Parts: sequence; structure tokens; C-alpha cells
Amino acid sequence: MQAPVGTTFVGMPAFPDAARDALGDPVLRHNLAHATGTIRDKRARVVAEVDDWEDLRVDGAAVKDTALADLGTHLLALESALTARGARVHWARDAAEANAIVAGIAKGHGVDEVVKVKSMATQEIGLNEALEAEGIAAWETDLAELIVQLGEDRPSHILVPAIHRNRAEIRAIFRDRMAAAGRPAPDDLTDEPAELAAAARLHLREKFLRARMAVSGANFAVADSGTLVVVESEGNGRMCLTLPEVLVSVVGIEKVVPTWDDLGTMLRLLPRSSTGERMNPYTSTWAGVTPGDGPQEMHVVLLDNGRTRALADEVGRQALRCIRCSACLNVCPVYERTGGHAYGSVYPGPIGAILNPLLQGPGSSAWVDSLPYASSLCGACYEVCPVRIDIPSVLVDLRAQVVDAKRIVPDVSAADSGVRPRQRPAAPSPQSLAMKGAAMTFASARRLGLAERFAGVGTSLARRLPWLPGVSAWAGARDLPQAPAESFRRWWRRTDGGRR
Amino acid sequence: MTSAREEILARVHAATAEAVAPERPALAPSGPVDVDLFAERVADYEAVVERCAPEEVTERVAARVAGLRVVVPDGLPFAVAGSVADDGLVAADLDALDGVVTTATVGIAETGTIVLDHGPGQGRRALTLVPDLHVCVVRADQVVADVPDAVRRLDPARAQTWISGPSATSDIELSRVEGVHGPRTLHVLLTR
Amino acid sequence: MRVALQVTCLNDALFPHVGQAVVTLLRRLGVDVEFPEAQTCCGQPMVNTGYLDEAVPAVRSFVSAFSSYDAVVTPSGSCAGSARHQHGLVARRSGDAGLQAAVASLSPRVYELTEFLVDVLGVTDVGASYPHEVTYHPTCHSLRMLGVGDRPRRLLEEVRGLRLRELPYADQCCGFGGTFAVKNADTSIAMGADKVRHVRETGAEVLVAGDSSCLMHLGGLMERQRSGVRTMHLAEVLAAQE
Repeated sequence: MQAPVGTTFVGMPAFPDAARDALGDPVLRHNLAHATGTIRDKRARVVAEVDDWEDLRVDGAAVKDTALADLGTHLLALESALTARGARVHWARDAAEANAIVAGIAKGHGVDEVVKVKSMATQEIGLNEALEAEGIAAWETDLAELIVQLGEDRPSHILVPAIHRNRAEIRAIFRDRMAAAGRPAPDDLTDEPAELAAAARLHLREKFLRARMAVSGANFAVADSGTLVVVESEGNGRMCLTLPEVLVSVVGIEKVVPTWDDLGTMLRLLPRSSTGERMNPYTSTWAGVTPGDGPQEMHVVLLDNGRTRALADEVGRQALRCIRCSACLNVCPVYERTGGHAYGSVYPGPIGAILNPLLQGPGSSAWVDSLPYASSLCGACYEVCPVRIDIPSVLVDLRAQVVDAKRIVPDVSAADSGVRPRQRPAAPSPQSLAMKGAAMTFASARRLGLAERFAGVGTSLARRLPWLPGVSAWAGARDLPQAPAESFRRWWRRTDGGRR
Repeated sequence: MTSAREEILARVHAATAEAVAPERPALAPSGPVDVDLFAERVADYEAVVERCAPEEVTERVAARVAGLRVVVPDGLPFAVAGSVADDGLVAADLDALDGVVTTATVGIAETGTIVLDHGPGQGRRALTLVPDLHVCVVRADQVVADVPDAVRRLDPARAQTWISGPSATSDIELSRVEGVHGPRTLHVLLTR
Repeated sequence: MRVALQVTCLNDALFPHVGQAVVTLLRRLGVDVEFPEAQTCCGQPMVNTGYLDEAVPAVRSFVSAFSSYDAVVTPSGSCAGSARHQHGLVARRSGDAGLQAAVASLSPRVYELTEFLVDVLGVTDVGASYPHEVTYHPTCHSLRMLGVGDRPRRLLEEVRGLRLRELPYADQCCGFGGTFAVKNADTSIAMGADKVRHVRETGAEVLVAGDSSCLMHLGGLMERQRSGVRTMHLAEVLAAQE
């Protein structure tokens, strides 16, 4: 199976290196702290209004687990319901297949531009770039996506992709870049958010009125009724879903919920967790083609691109419950300081730290393998997740998979011969040597006592804590504790536990 | 060559062979319907909420849209003087109008949400999207307590639009700004 | 009731006075706490770095040291969390059914210090006296993995003379995170620096927490900054009779 493409920003360094750059940018740090602080407070207020929030989370998890446990059946039900209502259903194993399907539909209609509803799945597969290569312009119509697209930037947040930009930066992007993409920004544009939003309204309206084809994702795909759901704020989604003649929706196979009634729970959980509102301004639902209303040609592309890989991972499977609310990003102390770019994917933050490795496979690159370690395991993400994804436990499990992938490396020379590749142990890293040493030391108290005895006053922290290598990284900004004259163990023996 | 469909379904079946669907917890039922709460919550979104008797609707709507060019859908149960009927208007025509007047299907008290299922009196979806003012008449008996009650009342086969206040964005420093692409003014008439 | 102290590898090697404080405190409350010398480490550093096989010997020594006790008390939310939530994982990995059964029986008897005081002994006034301005950082694993809730606060509120200053953004992680502190040292330090800033804003003389690991990280930062704020383990405050 080929590794899925598109999820990764090309040539991403491992997390610690990418994070270092972000941490050195004071404007970025300020923008992020301000924005995540604001949304954390909003979320906390509206969640506190719901008496049975914890039960609701359990139910949200159960809705998605029910869908995932019998996903094949639900996907077939979805396909048949959609087909019965005049939509055409396509299946895509990976990004390349999905992109080719969308490009093929566009070319079939002779369009050279499409308008897009904000969609994580199409970002994941790199659809815009793939369409561009075919001579088709894909216009992002969500305000934050527009800011990112005009700024030739990368998204850094699931819900608010331009969260790393402040109003002054956004004004500069609109002033400098809008004209090349269509209607220019007004000359007297200030950095008031209302004015910036009004400039986007005018810039995009001509595109909405002109576009013949739109591309969307879906927040939910209801299997029993064949209904797709898009949750949004600005109305750009409604424009795309309503005005063009042709609509293509790229939907990850994990977006399925079994029944229409399940939305009763999911639509209570999502807006409060996401934008911190009781309800988002607009939710659109549609079940195939409605004669005389909206696009009269509809396609749905059901996307795998690594999802079945994640589904097969018994611990990691729960990541497929994710409804892309981004609550975990907003409470994450690591995300708040590094921002989203350091994660090197359209899926940043705690969910990205598990989703990317689950979609691509631990051991597939140094970048992927660094992500499960991009967390202090503080657990704030799990606490807010509306579908109770136990992100810390999945992180720990993925760390074990990363380590295990390195315990045995496939013998590449034998791979093509058809013979089961022989395996040889990988060269041990300093970390794995430290862990093996710790395992030896902690196997017996006698050994630990000896280790402590020989690590007297002034010896390195690493000798005393065999599991904590890399003292130079520690000591860069932190003093080392003074080593005591004797360990607790020796004190207890010498004084009979303080009795003599 | 195996088709993408067969291959994905085979992978799904292999991955979920041992998976078992969990029990669903029993959620507390919604409380009683509170129409005052609905009015309050709609207003929280910076929408205008006006309450009136059913027989006052025609007059109140006329007052709100006086001097404006508004479109009305088929099946609107009251007349709007001087309005334009929706007969084959294209998006550019709608863009040249000031507003639209419709009814609704369901109101949700807890969230201040109005749901249109685009039946008679509500019009096709573009109608309530392109013009900048949406005047929406909601009857008190259409209001339900919370989201699950609304979901149970609605037909999943129909296209729906759930509206909670005027269009808005929080994409700039997470501060909410009303009015982006959808109607920038939402005016709700709630009848007894 | 036979009660054992799991002192933790970190306190054993670097902060023996924390273990001594637990002994003083528990004896004062009438508990004749024992120190099984066969104990080493709970294994969490290995588990959280992904080295499950390497954690098996530590879990074996944990089980052999503590299985015969009615209660195991540890002055660490993190190590209690490891015993209660991760030992099962390691035991399954070992494939040893005996170890799995032993872990399943032992794990529920492992208590973080404040849980043991409040839930098992049923006390919040432990007879401590510490007339100083302190601020309290609830460590992530005690807060979210164990859910110790307001137990530490209830204990601190009964300490004579102690004046508790509210720590802004108290529930945010300090940035230690085990090997995270060295694998992602820059991010760890940035998180710690913000925590230290909030600690200094309180004007407290002493920063108190229930995990020596977090205190080692924050103390190291504050020493480097010559902040003048001391760190103290919660056990030391509860043992104090100044």
C-alpha cells in the first residue's frame, strides 16, 4: 500500500526543529495566546450551560463508534441512499484518485474555476494544487482560508486557519493581494475586523455569482437517509452549496453517522466545542438533488487515504471519531506556544499529533515519528474532546509503535525477491540505550542502590535518572538540582526509617 | 484490477472484523418548551426579534420592508405589498434585491435557531441567502426545546437551512463580526 | 492496615527530604508506614517514551515490592497515575498472565498522597503549621489522570498560618512532561517560563506542588532567573510544624 500523499507540507522538519522557529517569533506567540485564550473562555461558558454535557460526550463517542464498528454497512447504505436521490458516488483509495475524480468532473463541464467551501479533506489531499496543475483555479471562500490563500501561506489551525495572523497582517494581505485574484480591496481599508470582513464579502461575491462548480467537504454524512451536512458561519458554504450548477463533496469515510437522529447529539456537541457558540450561524443539509433548488448535478467522493489504516489500529481507531472541532488545539499548551505550522500538516495540535501518524503509519518518516512526542501528556485535550478521544493514551501507544518500528528494520535488499524479508536490529540510538540501561537498573533494587551510590554529589543528573538523557538540553535554561548527600534508600537503612 | 470501492470496503471489513458497537447512554429528555427563551437566544445573535399576534403579521412585515425591494416565495400565507415573486430569478437578480420574507419550519429555543426546510412559504435556498435582509415569521407552536427535538421533527430527505442569527465570522483574532456572505440582517417575527 | 511508601525513583535519588516528609506526616497521623526496599521505579519514564518492553522489569519490581501491602502511598500524582493507568498496559505487553493478575489486584490500592490522606484516613487537618505565603500548582496527572480535585486545596487550607495565593492559569501544564523536557526542550522551557511568570505574579514565597518532577523543572527555571521563589513538595508543607 502506498503511503497517502498530501497530508504533509513538503519537506517538513521534525517537530522540535519546526517548533524552535515558532517559539522565537514574539508576534506569533502573542497572536496565538490571545486567540486561543479567547476561544477557550467562550467554549467554557457555553459548555457550562449544558447540564448533561458529560453524558452528551459519551453519546457523541458512541454515535461515532457505532458508525465505525460497522462502517462497511453504513457506507453502502449511504451510497444507495445518495444514488437513489440522484447523486453520483465515487470511491477514492488515496489523494491522487480523489483529485483525479474532481478534476475529471471539472474538465467534463469545461470549467476553469471552482469555488470551495472550507474542507479539511480537500486540504489533506492537496486538491487546490492538483486542480491548479490541470489549469483549474480553486477559490477558497472561507474568510480565514482566503487569508491563507491570498497570503500564499499555510493553514495553522483546523477551525481558524489564519489564527496566526493579526488584523494588521490581514489588512496588508488584502491590500497587496486581492487585486491579482479579482475585485481589489477598497483603498481606505482599515484593520477593523468588520471592514476586513466586508472587503472579503465584496471580493468573493462576484466569484459566487459566476461559479458553475463548487467543491465541499461534509461534517456529517447520514447513512440511513443519505443526507450530507455542512456546518459553517459566514454563508460562504451556503453560497457554494446553492448557487453553482455542479457540486462535488469530498467526504472522508469516517464522517458517517448511522442515523438522522444521531445529529441531535452531534449538532449539540460541535458548535459549543468549536466556535464556542450555542449554534453556528448556518448549517446546511441536503440529500441528493432537489429539483429546482440548488445544484442539479451532485457528486460525492468517499475518501480513504489512510483512514482504513487508522481503523485497523485498535487503540488509535478512536481518532476517527474526530469531528474537527479543534477544541483540543485551543487548550493545548504546546499548540498555544508553537502554533500549527510546527506540526507540518493541515491537522495540527493534539489531534494532528495522533491523526497524521495513524493515517501514514509510525516509522514512515522522521517527521511522522516526531509527532507523538510533541506533547507533555498533560491531558487537557482529552478533557475537552466532545467525542472523548483519549489523545494521551493514543499518543503513548503511538510512541510504542514508533519505538517498535525501529526495533526491527526490514532488509530492503530482500524486499523485491518475494521472500519474506529478513530483519536485523536497527543501530541503537542514545535514547534507546538510555532506556535499556534504565530497564536494567530498575529491574532490581540492588542495582538501583548501587547506581545511586556511585552517583555521588556533583555527578550528572543522567546518572541519577537513567531515563532522562540529554542533560545539555535540560541545562540550557534550567539549573540542575543539588544532589543530596545520600539517597532516601540509604537514609532509611542508616536510620531505620528515621527511628534511630 | 480491483475497483477502489471493492478495495476500500475490503479494508474496512478487515479492520472492523472484531469491532463491537457500544451501548448508547440514556440522555436526559429536553425540558419544557420555553418560547421566551427562544426569543432571548435569537436576540443574543444580534438578530432583531419582534413578538406579535398572528393577525398583526402583515402590518409588521409591511412596516419592516417599507421602501425596500423584497422577494417572496410561493406559498407565503400573507401578502407583502410591492414584493417581487420568485419566478425564475437568477442569482444576479436576487443580488439586486434588498430582502426576502419567509416563514420557517422549526424554531429551537435552547440555541435560538430557525430551521427552514424550503417548503411552501420558505422558498428555494438561494432566496434566503443572496439578499441582505431576511424577515422570517416563526409561530410559537413551531418552537421546540432543543436540537434533538428539532431533528426528530425534520425530514432528512429535504434540503434544510439552520439559521442562528445573521451570518458571522470569527476568523480575525477570534472576535465575532456579524455579516459576511449571508444576510447581514435577520429580523424574526415571533407570533403567539 | 499495612501501608507502604512508594517514594519514587526521582525522590529517592534527588529529593530524599520529600520521602522523609511523608514518613514524618504519616507517623504523626498514626500510620506506621514501611519502605519496601525492593522498590525501584514505576516504569512511567519508559512507557511514556514508548519503551514498553523496557518498562516490564520496573513493573515486575513494583509488583514484587508492594503486592503484600493493603495500601501503597506515593507523593506523586504522576507515579500513582502510572501504576493505576499504565501498569496494565505493560503487563499485557509482557504476555505474562501472572503479572497481569498481580497488576490488576495491586493497581487500585495505589494512592497519591492527598487521596490517601483525605479518602483513606479521612483527614484534612493534618496538624501542620507553615506561616508563609504559598501558591499551589495542581500537576496535570494528579488533576486530570487521577482526578484528585480539591483534596490538595482542602489540606492546604487547614495548615496553620499558611496564606494561599491564587495561581493564574493554574491548570495549565508546567511543561515538564518527562522526556518531553529534553526531547522538546524549547517548548518545555517556553511553557515553564510562562508558568514561572504566573507564579511570580502571585507574590508567593513558595511554590507548592504534588510532584517533584514538575518542581524540579520549575525550580530549575526559577533558580536560573534568581527569582527568590522556593519550591516545596506538598508533603513537606503538610509535615511542617513551624
